[in-house]
Amino acid sequence: MKNYAYVREKSIPPSPPPLIEVGVIGWIRQNLFSSWFNSFLTLFSLYFIFICLIDFIPWAWGGHWNAKSLRECMDLDPNVACFSVLAARWEQLLFGLYPADQYWRPTLTFVFLILSIIPILFPKFFRYFWFSVIYPGLAIWLLWGGSIWSIAIIYIGVLLGVASFTVLSKGVIRSTSVNLTLSVVITLLFFLFLSSTLTGFLSYLIPISLPFVESLRMGGFTLSLIVGISGIVASFPIGILLALGRQSNLPIIKMICVGFIEFIRGVPLITLLFVASVLLNYFLPPGTNFDIVLRVVIMVTLFSAAYMAEVIRGGLAGLPLGQHEASASLGLTYWQSQRLIIMPQALKISIPGIVNTFIGLFKDTTLVSIISLRDPVGLASTIRADTKWNGIYWELYIAIGLMFFIVCFGMSQYSQYLERKLQTDK
Amino acid sequence: MSSANLPSEKFRLGMLLSDTRYRGTSLQVITFIIFVAVFFWLVDNTLKNLALLGKDVSFAFLGMRAGYDINQRLIPYTNDSTHAMAAFVGILNTLLCAFVGCIIATIVGVFVGILRLSKNWIIAKLMSVYIEGFRNVPVLLWIVMVFALLTEFTPAPKAFKGANPEATMFLFDSIAITNRGTYLPAPVWGQGSTFLIIIFLVSVLAVIFFTRYAKELKKNTGKSLPSFWISIGILIVPTVLFYFILGKPVDLNYPYLKGFNFKEGIHLRNSFIALTLALAFYTSAFIAEIVRSGILAISKGQTEAAASLGMKPNKIMSLIILPQALRVIVPPLISNYLNLTKNSSLAIAVGYMDVRGTLGGITLNQTGRELESMLLLMGFYLSVSLFISSIINWFNRSFQIVVR
Repeated sequence: MKNYAYVREKSIPPSPPPLIEVGVIGWIRQNLFSSWFNSFLTLFSLYFIFICLIDFIPWAWGGHWNAKSLRECMDLDPNVACFSVLAARWEQLLFGLYPADQYWRPTLTFVFLILSIIPILFPKFFRYFWFSVIYPGLAIWLLWGGSIWSIAIIYIGVLLGVASFTVLSKGVIRSTSVNLTLSVVITLLFFLFLSSTLTGFLSYLIPISLPFVESLRMGGFTLSLIVGISGIVASFPIGILLALGRQSNLPIIKMICVGFIEFIRGVPLITLLFVASVLLNYFLPPGTNFDIVLRVVIMVTLFSAAYMAEVIRGGLAGLPLGQHEASASLGLTYWQSQRLIIMPQALKISIPGIVNTFIGLFKDTTLVSIISLRDPVGLASTIRADTKWNGIYWELYIAIGLMFFIVCFGMSQYSQYLERKLQTDK
Repeated sequence: MSSANLPSEKFRLGMLLSDTRYRGTSLQVITFIIFVAVFFWLVDNTLKNLALLGKDVSFAFLGMRAGYDINQRLIPYTNDSTHAMAAFVGILNTLLCAFVGCIIATIVGVFVGILRLSKNWIIAKLMSVYIEGFRNVPVLLWIVMVFALLTEFTPAPKAFKGANPEATMFLFDSIAITNRGTYLPAPVWGQGSTFLIIIFLVSVLAVIFFTRYAKELKKNTGKSLPSFWISIGILIVPTVLFYFILGKPVDLNYPYLKGFNFKEGIHLRNSFIALTLALAFYTSAFIAEIVRSGILAISKGQTEAAASLGMKPNKIMSLIILPQALRVIVPPLISNYLNLTKNSSLAIAVGYMDVRGTLGGITLNQTGRELESMLLLMGFYLSVSLFISSIINWFNRSFQIVVR
């Protein structure tokens, strides 16, 4: 068998690719200079970036932070930014006209906000969800002040309702609807007759209260967050209900939902805010006059609920019909199948749309400046009206834009993370 | 206990809620009663409130003299005109801003969306920065920023004065960008311009017929003509030819400096430019994402299959990818046009007189007719939106994938 002169027994190890095809050089060649046109584009964009930064970096980097007025800034060096306006007015941009000695309250509310959304965002911490539940009441009390019991009484009432429902369900009556009606009646009776006495008694017994701050003093980024967060929290469930109503086969309910959604989506938010500020008094019993911030929150909520409904309807329509039929054939009732089968899947499909609606809502909070509430954009014009800062634009706008960018970009990044996490089909 | 659980055929009142046969109906009846009750409560409150204020509901104010000026208008209007006329001027201004904004937004958006898919890393990143920057900052802020940019960083008209001016006009002294607005040359329609317009319309018709013919030819013989260049030729050549044959019937009226301001030409106010540009750029970021996702939605297999049939990349794009991607792109694109139109109501931030500024602003304040003005305003926006959504529905119906 030794007829062969030479037999290779091992394969030659592959030689390394040429140096210009791998590593940094290879990456640059592939991604930036793969053709003459690409090279041109790369050089052009580099030049563009250069032009943008050559003026911007020295302008921003050398900015003054300690001048007393725009004139002083100009005297120091007219070619750099005057961030002193932020140093002088940052409290206003964040808190509006909130009393200066009470700034710790919005700050604390904000810290609690972050703590309360952690259990919702990251399932690892879900056992702290109780804090997210008490947070809305806590935030309202911290921001507006007054006695803690006037807020706590709402929680007590709701707890009473839930407790009575549980007790009734374990007792003799076996019909859910009767139990529900009874517990609602009990809760209503509590709020009608008992709550005010109890509030007075508790405030007398354990007097915890904060100085009252009226709504018109809320402003700045605090106001944006108040309107934005309450809108987000409230519009989500309303949006789900509207979407279900629109998909439902009960014609009257469907008609009402379609009419509502199409009406709200057909008019700009600004007209709705004008309705809130000008017309709402016409529609309510003579003499009623309720809080402007609350009115704005209601309008913003209704507005984004309609958009939310459309997004969720898209998700519902994306589900195969077999899911409905399968859950029905398992004997699940309408609400059970919605809760256990349909909604989890539909919501998962519509996450990007839902988060986009949230982002849109948060950006739209700037529109309240047009009905003369003091959100950051409104405050920017107030600050510019001051003789000391008259004529300042970019420093303010960049700061405000950056605040919104951070929040909105954060939301969109989280939604992408959530999508990846919930992806089950890959 | 057990006998109570047996189903009984006799009708009980509780069955209205517990029996699925009746539950739907009774739920609807309850909802309807609540709805009607709330509606009447609101109407009743409104009537009471109006009576309390001594007002009535009447649209007669529309026929009265408006008494205020509108500085940017497309149709003749003076302060002696009626409120209805002022509202109409506002409507036209809204539509003008929306129309121009949509065109710019589409061009920029498609451009950015395609470039974001570029293999060139730096271009793709730049486009992401553009998209994220515009999408994550409120449009109101963009509007006031663009307005500030236009009023603060552009020269005053007097800077164009003198033998050695600080500022110069663009494009052979035809366009002046000043802090009072932009001045463009205005066309003057001279003798024979009607004929020129007719020629142009005829060439548009010719292009339509030619495209049809090219399609038929392609269908029947497989030959494809360079239809793009031929269409451009048909569109431009006769018009230009007749322009010179007729002795240049259309002239341009250039803006020129007189005193401290520019005279003649078309004057675009900064408020209009700022609003339109800001809305267009803001919306273009959304359109870019729509275009990108539309193109990505067409699976890679389609591209590969087309390539394996021997098609060239640009043919693949125009014959395989785009027709399918457009089905995904167009409905959200149109709804973004609708958003742009609705966002144009932010005109008040820069003082552009759109319909919200005239009808929902000055007219409302002067006449004190909040209810009527807001009703008309909402009616206008609603009809625009219903019109646009009917277009979307028509598109969806006619371009649906036919599933067999």
